Amino acid sequence: MNQILAREQLSEQVYRIRVAAPLIAEARRPGQFVIVQLDTNFGERIPLTIADANPNEGSITLIFQAVGHTTQRLAALEVGDSIENLLGPLGQPTHIERVGHVVAVGGGIGAAPLYPIVEAMKAAGNRLTVIVGARTADLVILEDEMRAVADELIICTDDGSRGEKALVTEPLKRLCEADPPPDLAVAIGPPVMMKFCAETTRPFGVHTVVSLNTIMVDGTGMCGGCRVTVGSDTKFVCVDGPEFDGHLVDFDNMLKRLGAYRKQEQQAQEQRPRTKEQCRIPEVRS
Amino acid sequence: MSYVARETLARQADEILTTLENRELSKKERMALPQQEMPAQDPVARRETMSEVTFGYTEAQARVEAMRCLQCKNAPCIEGCPVRIDIPGFIKAIEDRRYDHSIEIIRRTSLLPSICGRVCPQENQCQERCTVGKALKDPFQSVSIGRLERYVADRAREEAEGGSPEVNAETGKRVAVIGSGPASITVAADLRREGHAVTILEAFHRPGGVMIYGIPEFRLPKSIVDEEIETLKRMGVEVKTNFLVGRTRTLQDLLDKDGYDAIFIGTGAGLPKFLGIDGENLVGVFSANEYLTRSNMMKAYDRERADTPIFQPKVVAVFGGGNVAMDAARTAVRLGAESVNVIYRRTRTEMPARAEEVDHAEEEGVIFHFLTSPKRILGDDDDRVVGIECLSYELGEPDDSGRRRPIAIPGSEHVIPVDTVLVSIGNDSNPLITQTTPQLEANKWGNIVADENGKTSMDRVYAGGDIVLGAATVILAMGEGRKAAAAINRMLRGEPEST
Ligand SMILES: Cc1cc2nc3c(=O)[nH]c(=O)nc-3n(C[C@H](O)[C@H](O)[C@H](O)COP(=O)(O)OP(=O)(O)OC[C@H]3O[C@@H](n4cnc5c(N)ncnc54)[C@H](O)[C@@H]3O)c2cc1C
Ligand code: SF4
Ligand code: FES
Repeated sequence: MNQILAREQLSEQVYRIRVAAPLIAEARRPGQFVIVQLDTNFGERIPLTIADANPNEGSITLIFQAVGHTTQRLAALEVGDSIENLLGPLGQPTHIERVGHVVAVGGGIGAAPLYPIVEAMKAAGNRLTVIVGARTADLVILEDEMRAVADELIICTDDGSRGEKALVTEPLKRLCEADPPPDLAVAIGPPVMMKFCAETTRPFGVHTVVSLNTIMVDGTGMCGGCRVTVGSDTKFVCVDGPEFDGHLVDFDNMLKRLGAYRKQEQQAQEQRPRTKEQCRIPEVRS
Repeated sequence: MSYVARETLARQADEILTTLENRELSKKERMALPQQEMPAQDPVARRETMSEVTFGYTEAQARVEAMRCLQCKNAPCIEGCPVRIDIPGFIKAIEDRRYDHSIEIIRRTSLLPSICGRVCPQENQCQERCTVGKALKDPFQSVSIGRLERYVADRAREEAEGGSPEVNAETGKRVAVIGSGPASITVAADLRREGHAVTILEAFHRPGGVMIYGIPEFRLPKSIVDEEIETLKRMGVEVKTNFLVGRTRTLQDLLDKDGYDAIFIGTGAGLPKFLGIDGENLVGVFSANEYLTRSNMMKAYDRERADTPIFQPKVVAVFGGGNVAMDAARTAVRLGAESVNVIYRRTRTEMPARAEEVDHAEEEGVIFHFLTSPKRILGDDDDRVVGIECLSYELGEPDDSGRRRPIAIPGSEHVIPVDTVLVSIGNDSNPLITQTTPQLEANKWGNIVADENGKTSMDRVYAGGDIVLGAATVILAMGEGRKAAAAINRMLRGEPEST
């Protein structure tokens, strides 16, 4: 079950795998994710967005950055190996509709979950401007795939080694200043990036959808560990999300909740040197 | 109750037994026998370990306890049992050392006696009505029916080794059973025995429902639940984990695309309630479900081997007074908390938790703050919990449930410094299946509506357990499963469905 059919390294830490999962491939829609667990006895359960699916082949594609214990083990699996537990598709699919001009922003590995949304938005008849940002040229992923779908593709890197030397919020701001401004922004990436994208679009009144990747356990609404404050409500990311109105999300609280286990893990690190997935603040969204 | 060591209890029972062998006992003599205490781990030592707190009776203890039963003609205890086990019958068999007969009597109506003997709230069921308790004017002096049930069931498990009930010839009918808690386990067994092909679809990577992810090892060893699942597999039940109905496949797909002839929904009450007070999203606030799942199902208590982390508490507040709250509090004790405080709005007598769990929690050093309710949770600049502000209450007039209503005392606000809060105020039902199955009728709390046979508003679809009752008990879930399975068996034989 859940055999790995193909495996490819996209950049230093980023991997793409195709996994046999016929039911998930059939049911999944853009924006949804899976929970992966590699060892039934002691493994942790981590969420990964479905980057693509092929219902005919019965496979889904996952793109992830190997930064924690589980993602590193996942990266070490080879074609023919299996993922012990794979649950999905989870979460609400992206609301796809024809709104006019859509700006889609992907930071780092956030480009992976963004891609199926870009595809679906395009298919629904929208004009697409895609902004892909990364720290440096080597970490830019899915450039060709995005170019094939987008009406316009803007690449920026922190060090200027590829595209503009800028943060993604700079071209985003430019686009918002245009007349008319975009009808919708979708931002997926590290929490801090999403926060600043939302701050950038707020003064222009451009509705901004963000996709959150909080700590999860079950992914089915049973534990509440994934909860975030959205406006005056508490929402469970795994069942109510993962996408929310970026102007309403309390990112500061979310960032602190993401760091819940960091302190104790740092202390444990000396005795047992490895990083649990749930103890890092994801640098980039996987 | 002060702690008495296992060896002492065993010796005392042996001594009593030698004076009683081979003679008829009068009612008066039976009533005079001392109630047999449950042997348990030392309260201090067990703060350090997840292994089961209670050891179970010795044979002598079981027989002495069985001799306390008066074999009442009207057997009021049976009226108190949700599945109406022939209680005097199985107890008499223990007294007579006919243990095979005893378990056979229990199994006529109960599928999970090793589990129910451990987790049933006997003091509100069979033991509440017991004549002995009534005569001694103390319900806690009733015959210890639950401990006796556990004794015979454990004995039978140890002797059985891998047998499984017989299965009728294949009927060619296929049934999907959603969830794998006690309701689903019962349905799967009863349907498979009839010769139907049964597939369990479970969202988690490990089957067993709340008995695996919620109730801790120290109260219900997971190996017992695993054995029940293994028995189902040996009977030919297929168990598919990582299958979330409503997402992986909709209920309608199971009927239309996958061609199941019937469906049973036993998805439980797995949606944690929060109070909706300020500070509930601070770092250090967890639902009991999350805390318990991390510890039990994800084995986070095994820090060496488990990948899943669990918050390291120092001073803990637990909101609530039910079994879930006791389990959360006692788990925190075992994970090294220095002080664990249960915050409960009413008093000890109103606590819904099993009395034995409250006693055990107290023995383990859990502190109870009765007539106290949290008003808000306080945090520091890093959004970490630093305390809770509480209000004191007093008991007023009885409410609809007959319990005296707690009334807040104005101006009684006070702060208890804590760094961890475990919210254990109950669970609603998970809305995933009802949301994705518009034809399926649910009530305003999200519970699936089912008739007395478990039949839902959809043809060929049945439901039972917590998803119908709201958060209830293992025995009620099992009882509902029994009834639904009987109705499904009738339907698959071609009899018309009810409603
Ligand atoms: C911490 C705790 C302590 C408790 N202590 C006691 C006690 O001492 N005594 C007692 O009698 N009762 C106790 N209870 C209550 C008791 O456990 C429940 O009443 C009982 O387990 C309900 O059984 P069930 O079969 O309805 O569902 P559950 O045991 O809740 O099982 C439901 C299963 O369905 C699965 N599921 C849910 N949705 C889906 C879906 N869409 N697709 C597939 N699978 C799904 C879940 O993952 C779960 O495994 C306790 C409960 C908790 C949480
Ligand atoms: S009521 Fe008590 S004494 Fe009477 S039969 Fe039942 S268990 Fe025995
Ligand atoms: S991950 Fe448990 S409720 Fe969302």
